[in-house]
Amino acid sequence: MSLVRIARILGVVAFVVLIAILPRFLSDFRASEMARVGIFFIALVGLNILTGYTGQISLGHGAFMAVGGYASAILIAGRPGLELAQLKAPDWLPVGDGMRDIWTIPIAALVAGALGFLVGLPALRLRGLYLALATFALAVSIPILLREPETLTGGTNGLNLFGTTEDRLTGALDNTVHIPVLGKDMTFNDWTYYLAWTVALIGLAIAWLILRGRSGRAFKAIRDSEVAATSSGVSLASYKTLAFAISAAYAGAAGALLTIVSTIVTPGSFPVFLSIQLLIGVVIAGLGSLGGLVLGALFLYYLPVGIQELADVGSLPNGLQDAAKSPGMPSVIYGVALILVMFLLPRGAAGFLRKVLNPLTKRL
Amino acid sequence: MQELLQQVVIGLASGAIFALLALALVLIHRATGVINFAQGEMAMFSTYIAWQFVQWGVPYWLAFAATIALSFAGGMALQRVVIRPVESAPVLTVVIVTLGLLLIFNGLATWLWSGEVRTFPPNRPFPTKTFDIGGVVINVQDIGIVLVTLGLVAALWAFFRFTRAGLALRAAALYPDSSRLVGIRVGWMLGVGWGLAAALGAVSGMFTAAAFPPLEPTMMQAVLIYAFAAAVLGGIDSPGGAIVGGLTLGVFLNLVGTYAEDLQDLGFPVNLEGLRLPVAFVFILGVLLLRPQGLFGRAEARRV
Amino acid sequence: MVAVLGPNGAGKTTTLRAVSGTVARRGEVTFDGKRLPRSPERTARLGIAHVPEGRGTFSELTVLENLRLGAYTRRNGTGDDLERVYGFFPWMRERTDQQAGTLSGGEQQMLALARALMGRPRLLLLDEPSLGLAPMVVREIFGIVRRLNEEEKLSVLVVEQNAAVALESSNRAYVLEAGKVVLEGPSADLAKNEDVRRAYLGY
Repeated sequence: MSLVRIARILGVVAFVVLIAILPRFLSDFRASEMARVGIFFIALVGLNILTGYTGQISLGHGAFMAVGGYASAILIAGRPGLELAQLKAPDWLPVGDGMRDIWTIPIAALVAGALGFLVGLPALRLRGLYLALATFALAVSIPILLREPETLTGGTNGLNLFGTTEDRLTGALDNTVHIPVLGKDMTFNDWTYYLAWTVALIGLAIAWLILRGRSGRAFKAIRDSEVAATSSGVSLASYKTLAFAISAAYAGAAGALLTIVSTIVTPGSFPVFLSIQLLIGVVIAGLGSLGGLVLGALFLYYLPVGIQELADVGSLPNGLQDAAKSPGMPSVIYGVALILVMFLLPRGAAGFLRKVLNPLTKRL
Repeated sequence: MQELLQQVVIGLASGAIFALLALALVLIHRATGVINFAQGEMAMFSTYIAWQFVQWGVPYWLAFAATIALSFAGGMALQRVVIRPVESAPVLTVVIVTLGLLLIFNGLATWLWSGEVRTFPPNRPFPTKTFDIGGVVINVQDIGIVLVTLGLVAALWAFFRFTRAGLALRAAALYPDSSRLVGIRVGWMLGVGWGLAAALGAVSGMFTAAAFPPLEPTMMQAVLIYAFAAAVLGGIDSPGGAIVGGLTLGVFLNLVGTYAEDLQDLGFPVNLEGLRLPVAFVFILGVLLLRPQGLFGRAEARRV
Repeated sequence: MVAVLGPNGAGKTTTLRAVSGTVARRGEVTFDGKRLPRSPERTARLGIAHVPEGRGTFSELTVLENLRLGAYTRRNGTGDDLERVYGFFPWMRERTDQQAGTLSGGEQQMLALARALMGRPRLLLLDEPSLGLAPMVVREIFGIVRRLNEEEKLSVLVVEQNAAVALESSNRAYVLEAGKVVLEGPSADLAKNEDVRRAYLGY
């Protein structure tokens, strides 16, 4: 085995270990923050397969997160839960009597994945900018579409799981989660952290398996040249829709996790900005590379937060502090940061990392 | 029947607003091959500038003109400073850059003028009269918007068709390399294209604030989607198509909204009135799938 | 009138593009004692007209619009220039509103030439004018270029694969191979040169 490979394996092991022990050094609040970073990460892994590998631009993946999030909420609530909230699911929907939260995650992924496949079909006929346009319009429509079927989705108020179904939400009721295998107790926030990152690692492993296999090679071939890929016998339609379905499934899982972590889901949980953020995340991370995605997720979560905190901490001169705290400023800074990153790092964080690490790996 | 005609006129007015923004999108796409996701927010920002002028006591139409001029300059500056560096970058990079602009303009407007809801203009630019043609009641404002829009479009058409600068702009957009060989400064021409687009957007924004109050930072988000739909319907590279597409879409959406309840009575499962945006989305999708070049665009053959 | 000959890939087109500033270059190019700028727009303003390979006509614009754009760098009216151009290409007078892309290959080449003329250039850079054209049309075009050179005192630098026609019309010629000049001299001499005849004239 080459030294580079050993280094990579060590890197992955170090990463897993880091994730496992991190909460011990973090406050409860930070743990919940890192859980959300994990959620972003999962969605980014999926979107990366679509945009980074098959080159299809989607500005609408917030929609799949929404589908996953709402599916999860409805399944957790179950008919009794919905009734308690004065809502009702149509008879033809296979909603049971309420389900334990973790089991809704794979189901949400499947539902979102199916929807992703359906969206992927017409997407075959759209290219580049036009696909971006169509998915952008999808992202804008989603909050509205979520409000309309009020009896099912709870309209503008959404579904609040806390009030009606805590027994099915692990740890939500008494803020203690007991892990039988390890015989330990942990807080709800720590639990959400581990749940999110476990799903993330599983997702990462699945993605790695997919990408190193035939599908991965097909995806890369499509990204590099659709014409060459077709002439080599790669079925564009199958792989492109497959990529859409997979990426949607990941987003669905992320959405379900978001519901579980927040214990509430509303149309406002999935605004247009979320879809934009996801695309920004994969581009910042550097397309086609699993390594930059963690950085991408961190960027997505912490940039707006960081700007707020900078202002609060007072490390900025007074005049700027007021400006930084005012509404709208985070957006401006976000936008400027984005444009600067595009100018300076056209290949994203992964490209930058590659440039930095290249001399090191060369010497190995 | 009269109700129908009235709604058509109202639809034409909102359609004119979509058409202006759609025209801006088409101009930019023709000139620089970019879909400017920030066009709506830029228009909104311009409208706030106009509002500020009026706050300072400037009479409405003077503020209108000044805003158009400023927006032109701003659009030009944007192209030179932000877009030119990523001219040859992959599609995705440019998309992100325009999304960045979207965030910046949105944030700037909220920061400078807060999210407070305002009416603009405080005194209507068009007299609040209505007149009656054979029982059809028509708002002067609606007619005014349509006429000003058509006038602007005509002026723009004349500019492109008959002036030296307009000709140079057309050439620069289509054949940048050959244009340089005849001495055209292609970079500046593209800047002019962006400037014109920004100016058109400003008018669209100012009319939106007048016809669909209030003035608030989110006011152009829906309009942008409708403008996309109109541009796609007309053909993303066809200015005429953008106008026709905008007017058609405006009338169509207004009629859908007006008769949504009647449709429901007839058995249609949902009330479409609140669903105009998703309807526009389905529209965009449909056109892109069935006839991607729109009504007036040319079918593109892909070189293999 | 100077011709540049050579096989494919020798760098003939690149040479022209380096002169007009279309490609980046190291070193200086001097014309009439002055150093040429590095951007195509500014070079064009100095009276250097470059007719690129493939004509570079504005296909979607009309014949008249193409001609008008040729005079872009000249501020004052184009009436006289149009008359001059119609003098050389009388058929254009009737076809002013025809879309340039619908013209035949030979007509498009003439349009590209005419457009270049509209700017009253001092130097004409011609890239492979014979490409894709029938022999009779090629002779016609070279005849016109020759006239322009003699009557209008327009210096011409023409890059050509069709060595015979190029050597016939030009005063001096260079042969370029793999980026280097391997032969130069009066065209008449080169036409009699053994190596040239074998490699480029098919003898």
